[in-house]
Amino acid sequence: MIKIIDYGLGNIRAFVNVYRRLHIPVEIAKSSADLEGATKLILPGVGAFDSAMERLNASGMRETLDFLVREKKVPVLGICVGMQILADSSQEGMLPGLGWVPGTVRYFRSVPELQTLALPHMGWNDVKPNQDSALFKDLDCEARFYFLHSYWFDCFEKQNVEAVAEYGLRFTCVVRNGNVYGVQFHPEKSHHFGVGLLKNFAEL
Amino acid sequence: MLRPRIIPCLLIQDGGLVKTVKFKDPKYVGDPINAVKIFNEKEADELIVIDIDATVNGVEPNYLQIAKLAAECRMPLCYGGGVSTVEQAKRIIELGVEKVAFSSSALDNPKLIAEIAAEIGRQSVVVVLDHKKRLLSNIHDVWTHNGTRNTKRSVLDVAQEVESFGAGEIVLNSIENDGRMKGYDIALSKKLRDSVCIPITILGGAGSYEDMHALVQACGVVGVAAGSFFVFKGPYRAVLISYPSARQKDDLIYSGLKNR
Repeated sequence: MIKIIDYGLGNIRAFVNVYRRLHIPVEIAKSSADLEGATKLILPGVGAFDSAMERLNASGMRETLDFLVREKKVPVLGICVGMQILADSSQEGMLPGLGWVPGTVRYFRSVPELQTLALPHMGWNDVKPNQDSALFKDLDCEARFYFLHSYWFDCFEKQNVEAVAEYGLRFTCVVRNGNVYGVQFHPEKSHHFGVGLLKNFAEL
Repeated sequence: MLRPRIIPCLLIQDGGLVKTVKFKDPKYVGDPINAVKIFNEKEADELIVIDIDATVNGVEPNYLQIAKLAAECRMPLCYGGGVSTVEQAKRIIELGVEKVAFSSSALDNPKLIAEIAAEIGRQSVVVVLDHKKRLLSNIHDVWTHNGTRNTKRSVLDVAQEVESFGAGEIVLNSIENDGRMKGYDIALSKKLRDSVCIPITILGGAGSYEDMHALVQACGVVGVAAGSFFVFKGPYRAVLISYPSARQKDDLIYSGLKNR
């Protein structure tokens, strides 16, 4: 069963609705006990990095999640700030991230040439995935997704970059480290492109 | 390439969908949920829903209706109308809305913008600036309460102020162009684009794809919003919801847009 992690952040309802329309069963997990029987995990998130980490650490699910993802290799999909907290750290906060994908989260305007870039990066942008990416299987080659963010995931290892987009610079918008996936954009609000990606994740 | 967002703006009064001209004479045009379903099918980029009664009547946002809209909406949703506290904004975000729009409450007390941004994230805080040209002057004043109260402050000054307090987006809404379908105020839009570093959305006056194209040519990647243009068809303003296809957007609205 796919479990959507509810730690008080992110649009849980939107994911439930997408999967309901696809006739794929999902459950919302609010506690460690709710994570029992998870075959896939979805980690949403909006807002600031530290507030996401604080809430996740306080949710009572952190240890179980670490066990499921690191030991049991259960596939997990982080979304927006849920993707950023997969990293080791962020310029937005002081708290350590989950450390499931090696990298750090950076502010676009911390790049000297981008100090006047309009932020947040808001709207529909093209995404260029790696050719063999399972998340983008059978998706339109002109796949575009809805973005709403001011920070991006800077991978330490090139092999963890699964897709890129361009805004001011070419930045990583999808990461993958084994069973850990993360997308910066909002597939739950990206019409048929997003539905296709969430379906692909369910079918991994 | 990041594309300009083409955004239908829906006005709600007494629970129904209405459309005004110059902020007056609201005409009933249908059921909001039905409109959302149509924009889902047409894959609209984003949706703005404004309850035009809430602030004027001093009532709480209609959470039940917002929850229904958010559950139905498969694109990013911005809700505005009667939101004046941090708690109200949080509650609306928890209902599954991406952005909350503020007008009079944020203008009366700009510190509120910072407080709300700290809770729900700056990216979700939208300030709507309804404006009208001052008589015998080139200054556009910001008005509130459905265009009945003049703040007597220049829209460009207010825009910079709300940006400094943490607004994540500004919606520039022309009272004089509302419902007229004669084109956007491009000169003012351009001035706003050059005045702030956050995303902006322009509303008021769209009557054709050419109007939208002209706005994008002048201002680049901005939100391109419209009310009447997406709900009326023909000279007699028959109610028929429409929205451009991806192909029409590329060919008719974005053409000639430089990659930034």
